[in-house]
Amino acid sequence: MTSNPNSSNPTTAKNVKTVSGITVRLAGDSGDGMQLLGTQLTNTSALAGNDVATFPDFPAEIRAPRGTRAGVSGFQVQFASEEIFTPGDQLDALVVMNPAAMVTNLGDLRKGGILIANVDGFNEKEFKLAKLESDPLEANVIEETYRIFKVPMTTLTRTAVAEHGLSQKVADRCKNFFAMGLVYWLFGRSLDTTLRFIEDKFGRKPDIAAANVAALRAGWAYGETTEAFGESFQVEAAATLESGTYRNMMGNQALAWGLVTAAHLSGKDLFYGTYPITPASDILHELSKYKNFGVKTLQAEDEIAAVCATIGAAFGGTMAVTASSGPGIALKAEGMGLGMILELPMIVINVQRGGPSTGLPTKTEQSDLLQCMFGRNGEAPLPILAPRSPADCFDIAIEAWRIATECMCPVMLLSDGYIANGSEPWRIPDLGSMPKITINHPAGTDLDEPFLPYARDEFLARPWAIPGTPGLMHRVGGLEKQDGTGNVSYDPANHQHMTNTRAAKIDRIAERIPEQDVFGETSGDVLVVSWGGTYGACHTAVKRCRDAGHQVSHAHLRYIHPMPNNIGDLLQSFKTVIVPELNMGQLRMLLRSKYLVDCVGVNKVQGKPFAVTELVDAIEARVTPQASSKGKAAVQSRAG
Amino acid sequence: MTLPVLKAADFASDQDVRWCPGCGDYSILAQMKKVLPDLGVPREKIVFISGIGCSSRFPYYMNTYGMHSIHGRAPTFATGLKSTRPDLMVWVITGDGDALSIGGNHFIHALRRNIDVNIVLFNNRIYGLTKGQYSPTSSEGQITKSTPMGSIDHPLNPLSLALAAEGTFVARSIDAHVKHLGEMLKRAAEHKGTSLVEVYQNCNVFNDGAMAYAQEKKQRAENVVELEHGKPLIFGTNSDKGVRLVGNRLEVVNVADVAVDDLLIHDEKEPNPAIQMMLARMRYPEMPEPIGVLRSVEGVATYNDQINEQVQRAKETKGPGDLQELFTRGDTWEVA
Repeated sequence: MTSNPNSSNPTTAKNVKTVSGITVRLAGDSGDGMQLLGTQLTNTSALAGNDVATFPDFPAEIRAPRGTRAGVSGFQVQFASEEIFTPGDQLDALVVMNPAAMVTNLGDLRKGGILIANVDGFNEKEFKLAKLESDPLEANVIEETYRIFKVPMTTLTRTAVAEHGLSQKVADRCKNFFAMGLVYWLFGRSLDTTLRFIEDKFGRKPDIAAANVAALRAGWAYGETTEAFGESFQVEAAATLESGTYRNMMGNQALAWGLVTAAHLSGKDLFYGTYPITPASDILHELSKYKNFGVKTLQAEDEIAAVCATIGAAFGGTMAVTASSGPGIALKAEGMGLGMILELPMIVINVQRGGPSTGLPTKTEQSDLLQCMFGRNGEAPLPILAPRSPADCFDIAIEAWRIATECMCPVMLLSDGYIANGSEPWRIPDLGSMPKITINHPAGTDLDEPFLPYARDEFLARPWAIPGTPGLMHRVGGLEKQDGTGNVSYDPANHQHMTNTRAAKIDRIAERIPEQDVFGETSGDVLVVSWGGTYGACHTAVKRCRDAGHQVSHAHLRYIHPMPNNIGDLLQSFKTVIVPELNMGQLRMLLRSKYLVDCVGVNKVQGKPFAVTELVDAIEARVTPQASSKGKAAVQSRAG
Repeated sequence: MTLPVLKAADFASDQDVRWCPGCGDYSILAQMKKVLPDLGVPREKIVFISGIGCSSRFPYYMNTYGMHSIHGRAPTFATGLKSTRPDLMVWVITGDGDALSIGGNHFIHALRRNIDVNIVLFNNRIYGLTKGQYSPTSSEGQITKSTPMGSIDHPLNPLSLALAAEGTFVARSIDAHVKHLGEMLKRAAEHKGTSLVEVYQNCNVFNDGAMAYAQEKKQRAENVVELEHGKPLIFGTNSDKGVRLVGNRLEVVNVADVAVDDLLIHDEKEPNPAIQMMLARMRYPEMPEPIGVLRSVEGVATYNDQINEQVQRAKETKGPGDLQELFTRGDTWEVA
């Protein structure tokens, strides 16, 4: 193993096949470093100019029993030379560190796909842990269906790191870097990014750093020198992305950065009150790094304290944000109702996960839509926005704050676990050219004239008068209040008026958001309507169906409450409306009840995102027959 | 800068006060209005935050900034406000049900964070607003609308709880003892850190006379001991009784029977709250109940100071945040 893959573009003497995209999944025990491996492969691929999309999938237990099917941790990444919107359906390659990882993931590997197995992890003990009677690699059907590469990764890693004098346990932990090196060789990736990463991460432990570098290079060299692999693959840089400077972004990180940016654009400090919960916690971890940006984070004693402290900060004039996931949002409900009747600007983020109750904490779902729409006592409407992808989280955080301050109300953001942990390239904006968010706090007065805290502007918003301002002393509270003065009022007509006014205030947001755009024609055969994190799968599916000759359009909602003004007309302009959702039909219920259009649901709650092929099938089943004969074959050939 | 001289009346809002006639809340409101002008804080810098309950209507009656929030959560709103606006003086107005039942968790955490707010806990040992159910401070065996056979809950002692949560200022007063009450509110306002003033407050509709032993002037001298820092614990109509520490418990003695040095000298500044905790646990009728400042410990960092200091320190060490630099830090690539 003398090869030294040091250069940015390692070359290989073997046959290099250029392909438009690769979907690979890395699977092992939680603790095997699969998430790290996946993240590195993603960053490296992004830096190589590919479009990338990722899907981490891990168990809820911190360290589920090793070797078992429940303990399998996976990371999927698609990198491509064309624009992509999902981490991919079927796998071109699957790397497995043990039998449990193999049997739980093999179903997603396409026929003829590459299966790389760490055979050192395949022994009687591991078969037993994975509840297998025999070696799954030895099954004839496996040999016939896939291209299998059995690599003794643990043994090779031990040899590679021997000179660094580590204990066997520590040495074995380097095997994910061996796997990484092999994967990098197979897909023509540069080692540079990961070498830099190792230096940053393990700089203080030089022996570990050196061992990981050795393992990484050994993996690469194994691909290069052994006869096992007849060819490697090359994915060219993507030509379709808008020009600019890019970086790879995860959804929660983008949300955090969007919030800090919104604070900056509005000249505010940011207060973030929260309580840890999967998959929202990373927003807290990220924001707590930015104290020098004027960010204050409060890890409250519970979800209720978190939302209430956020309201307290908003009352004081700070940009205030709270976030949670479904169960925590349930606890915040009363506070959100108060924020609504106080008419204070703030942002409430729900990073949805599988429910109900504790449900599937580490898996994705979209089933909190109706909770966010209606989950408060009384008539308490709030605006709801949903990002469509990890990078979109940045923009939507800023948009949420704009709406909150223009309207004086809490705004809900509905992200989900798939967006939160997934990543994609993010085009770095020019901060100087981003529009400012103007906030006017009413100025103080020396006079004791009564101040009207609930006076209304053209958007029906009330003034954001903040404590410390002379002459504007006022009291707010959860009791119904007289419009204008804000004094407590039980007057029946006033309650009706205030209820109408608060609802009208939210409804009028529709006049200040863009009309719904459509991918494809604005009338015709089939319209797919989606929201949130299913954007990528829906968009890709519609694109495939259109390429196959079907008359299918796609409308993806970022504004869910209120919806853009043209939604009703749009729905009525299609013969069939299909609404795919990772719930049992919540947006569909809203669309049907408001627009009286009979939408068709495509619904799934399995803790997994939609596969593009599932949606293609669902759309095809609904397209008008004459258009479909030519299309079907084309779709199948792509999917296959 | 000279501040305009304000009077109690300047702190009254234009809203009619709507507590039951004879309610102890009136006296607390009056004392608050009387004390605030002396503190030299302009009205616009003062915020009252309350939860739910009779006491929690309080902010509506003050011509300051105010928020009537949700049940039990007033300390959390105050925490968010004070963390972001340390320039404001923040009062939390709460009751025994609000602070100790639904809000017990937040009460503890405000105290242990030592957020610089003043909590005034109106304790009438009953649920007034919901019309007469027992509260966390109701006596065992108390017959109420929801406990026809008597309450079987053991009552919670707010002062013990506050001391256990490492409260840095813990005091008690009585609605009818107006001068003392005013003094306690003033001391609370001056304390840096969370201050708790428990106020025995009579609910003349649902629990009339529950604390008459302490409220009525005639009985008070025999049943209450007024704590003063550095002074011995002496009480009784004729100042003839005292409290002394014997081993690890307190006992009542006749002053005449002991040497003056034998009586317990109150030390509100002692950081170890052991003896303060013993005082908090003195209960009528076995012992006189303490009023006054049980504990006042200065120099403990406040949450609001620390959260702001961290921001300041981060700005000094890392420089003020530069977003464009943050965006481009690390691995980026160009697309032509």
